[in-house]
Amino acid sequence: MIDPSLAALSDNLFSVAVVLYSLAVVAFCAELAFGNWPARSRELVAVGAGAPTVVQPGALDGPPAESPGARRLGGVAMALTVLGGVAHAAVLVTRGMAADRLPWGNMYEFATAVVLVAVVAYTVLALRAPVLRHIGAFVLGPVVLAMVLIGLFLYASAGPLVAALRSWWLGVHVTTAILGFGIFFVSGIASVLYLLRSRYEQKAAAGLAPSSSLLARLPSAAALDRTAHRTAVFGFPIWTFAVIAGAIWAESAWGRFWGWDPKETWAFIAWVVYAAYLHARTTAGWRGRPSAWVNVVGLAVMVFNLLYVNMVSTGLHSYAGVN
Amino acid sequence: MRRVGGRLLRWWRQLTAMRTALILLFLLAVAAIPGSLLPQRSLSQSNVTRYFADHPTLAPVLDKLYLFGVFSSPWFAAIYLLLFISLIGCVLPRAAEHARNLLSSPPAAPRHLQQLPESTELTASLPPVAALDVVEEELRVKRFRVVRREGRAGPELSAEKGYLRETGNLLFHLSLLALLLGLAGGKLWGYEGSILVTEGGGFCNSFQQYDTYSAGPLVSQSDLTPLCVDLTDFRAEYEANGTAASFTADLDYGLAGAAMRATTIGVNHPLRVDGDRVYVTGHGFSPSFTVVLPDGRSFDDVSAPFLPTETATMASEGALKLPDLGAGATDQLALQGFFAPTGLLQGSVLVSTDPRPLNPQVAIFVYRGYLGLDSGLPQSVYSLDQTQIDRDQLTKVGTANLSVGESTTLDDGTVVTFSGLKEFAALQLSHDPGQGWVLAAAISLLVGLLGMLLVRRERVFARVGPAPDGGGTVLSIGSLTRGSADTAPRFTALTDQVRTALADRNRTSAPDAAAPSARGGAPEKEIPSS
Repeated sequence: MIDPSLAALSDNLFSVAVVLYSLAVVAFCAELAFGNWPARSRELVAVGAGAPTVVQPGALDGPPAESPGARRLGGVAMALTVLGGVAHAAVLVTRGMAADRLPWGNMYEFATAVVLVAVVAYTVLALRAPVLRHIGAFVLGPVVLAMVLIGLFLYASAGPLVAALRSWWLGVHVTTAILGFGIFFVSGIASVLYLLRSRYEQKAAAGLAPSSSLLARLPSAAALDRTAHRTAVFGFPIWTFAVIAGAIWAESAWGRFWGWDPKETWAFIAWVVYAAYLHARTTAGWRGRPSAWVNVVGLAVMVFNLLYVNMVSTGLHSYAGVN
Repeated sequence: MRRVGGRLLRWWRQLTAMRTALILLFLLAVAAIPGSLLPQRSLSQSNVTRYFADHPTLAPVLDKLYLFGVFSSPWFAAIYLLLFISLIGCVLPRAAEHARNLLSSPPAAPRHLQQLPESTELTASLPPVAALDVVEEELRVKRFRVVRREGRAGPELSAEKGYLRETGNLLFHLSLLALLLGLAGGKLWGYEGSILVTEGGGFCNSFQQYDTYSAGPLVSQSDLTPLCVDLTDFRAEYEANGTAASFTADLDYGLAGAAMRATTIGVNHPLRVDGDRVYVTGHGFSPSFTVVLPDGRSFDDVSAPFLPTETATMASEGALKLPDLGAGATDQLALQGFFAPTGLLQGSVLVSTDPRPLNPQVAIFVYRGYLGLDSGLPQSVYSLDQTQIDRDQLTKVGTANLSVGESTTLDDGTVVTFSGLKEFAALQLSHDPGQGWVLAAAISLLVGLLGMLLVRRERVFARVGPAPDGGGTVLSIGSLTRGSADTAPRFTALTDQVRTALADRNRTSAPDAAAPSARGGAPEKEIPSS
């Protein structure tokens, strides 16, 4: 039934993916660290020796032009990310082949797939708008952390699906939930970075921010906010569809389409929070930082829904497979 | 009177403001949290009872606040009703305005085009009206609705497209309302009942027959479809590692008095008959016993469902009550015990090691005395009344671990034999007349959402005037886009196209152009009169 060699290959590929992502983080950090600021600070030091180095307010539209070295490091980091993503995808493919089913039947597989979606979403963003490559360390860092935690605490060996999950709807409901979650993951990180960067920009506008700050290397606050919003806009209909598909499945599996099972309740809470985020961005007094906070809360709700509801509370969605 | 009216109007404005709606959205999210953290009556009455036992002082307080039934509590209802009123107050005026917009032409150009998010000025050697014609043509090709007006500052043009965005927005919000109505209808006119049915047994759709049921306030017994269901066979299949692979129940069903039809249902595959659905929600074993009294009277293969306490091994507990031992008997008899489909004795303790009935065993206590069934107090069919045991009304007269076929003899010569087992299925019949509406509302909600998020509403305004130095025309263009981040590149693309078209037109329409040019052969486009 279960092909042990494929299952073992899947587990090994998981480690490979973690290693490649970690190397990507190192490369992204190197890109941030050995960027181009020597040129500018030298210039500034020459002008006002001894004075604290500050960013010119005009230099805030994005990271300053890169040195060839930094660009090379960024390219290496992106290549490592893509390689890691390939290994990561192979983890799921081999596991699916080992168990002869869709590879999201328990929490380990679900969370692994969510992280893969986040990596793919980031890669697509970074390839389409190269300025977003600079958030790589901040995306891949949490990715590595998540992968390590998943490997340590959520691991479940390859096995057959429980009866309740043997349905066509697994492919619809769980797949879209994974997509939505992974996209919200990237959106939430963009909002966190926006919150950091926008405060930095306020300080910089007042002439109080050091140009050596890591935040100077991030895309502009406006770009981060736009990225967060666009990814959330992309993820929201997918999440809505996932919830609706879940309700349709629940109707044939549990006898009712909605029953305030803990997972359903938190999926609803997440939906309401993301709806609030999309509204907040167009509401006077909520634009900018307050709405970004709402997006961050949305991600926190998604993570809570995954961890707490599966592992602590008892409900119908107890498919964690973690003892 | 006017002051009251003014205050009401102010309240209404406040309630329907987006800021209020946002707050209500957050409140709704926060209000749902206790419903997932505290046990809920709608999910598990027994968890609530346990919570009461564990927190004797806190639980009654929480109960007063409806925290064990959050989703049917008045304050939760208050939040979502306020939210929906706010939504109605926001959506209806918008719908009216949208309808007006659809019927009327795009709004007049603002006086200062350069204050729009995107704007630019082009110069053309064409006369002003002809230059505006070029812009109009470009916009019409892009499926804009275009209107020309004679403004105070010269001929101007307004164009708009992407009406589906607002349509989607309205559809989304109205679908939410429809969804709530469908939900409410289902709650009012819907019901569900659950019953344990042993193989060979059956039930008809009536509240008296169900072990537990819940029904909406507008449901009466006479509304129930007279559907009857018999369980002929139940099968549970497992993978080699013990994972449950499938549960299937073979049923005969039909309306009372009519011919029965056979079907098979299982997990994810309910029986659907005209708005009623029958599910198999669980299963278990009913061990059967044969009891032979000293005087030779015997009760053959009496059984009772034992409820699984551990789904992985199907270890189960239950009781079998024999209240009527026949004429002349004053004592009643009962068995209470533990059933293991695959039994294993660890010391003297029986445990189950497999959910399949590979080696069924029971560990039973036998009681004799008065069961207290006619005392008027309800008691569980799955256990004996502990107070009867405590009061010595029921005396333990035997204990035994039995495999199938084995028996134990009591002090008075009564022989109890574990004669076999049957499987039972937990069946549930549900009726929800609202769910079709809810599904339709959910689908239109999604369609509206896609329209709202994917369509951009674009407005483009243009104005022409003579250049200050008298040589040609100055064309100002501005645009206002909703629902897109990359407005600048799109606007640049538009103005580039206009610039090219102006240049082309200039070349083809200027009779004194130096040469007919390669494009000269193309037929000149007709310039529409404004």
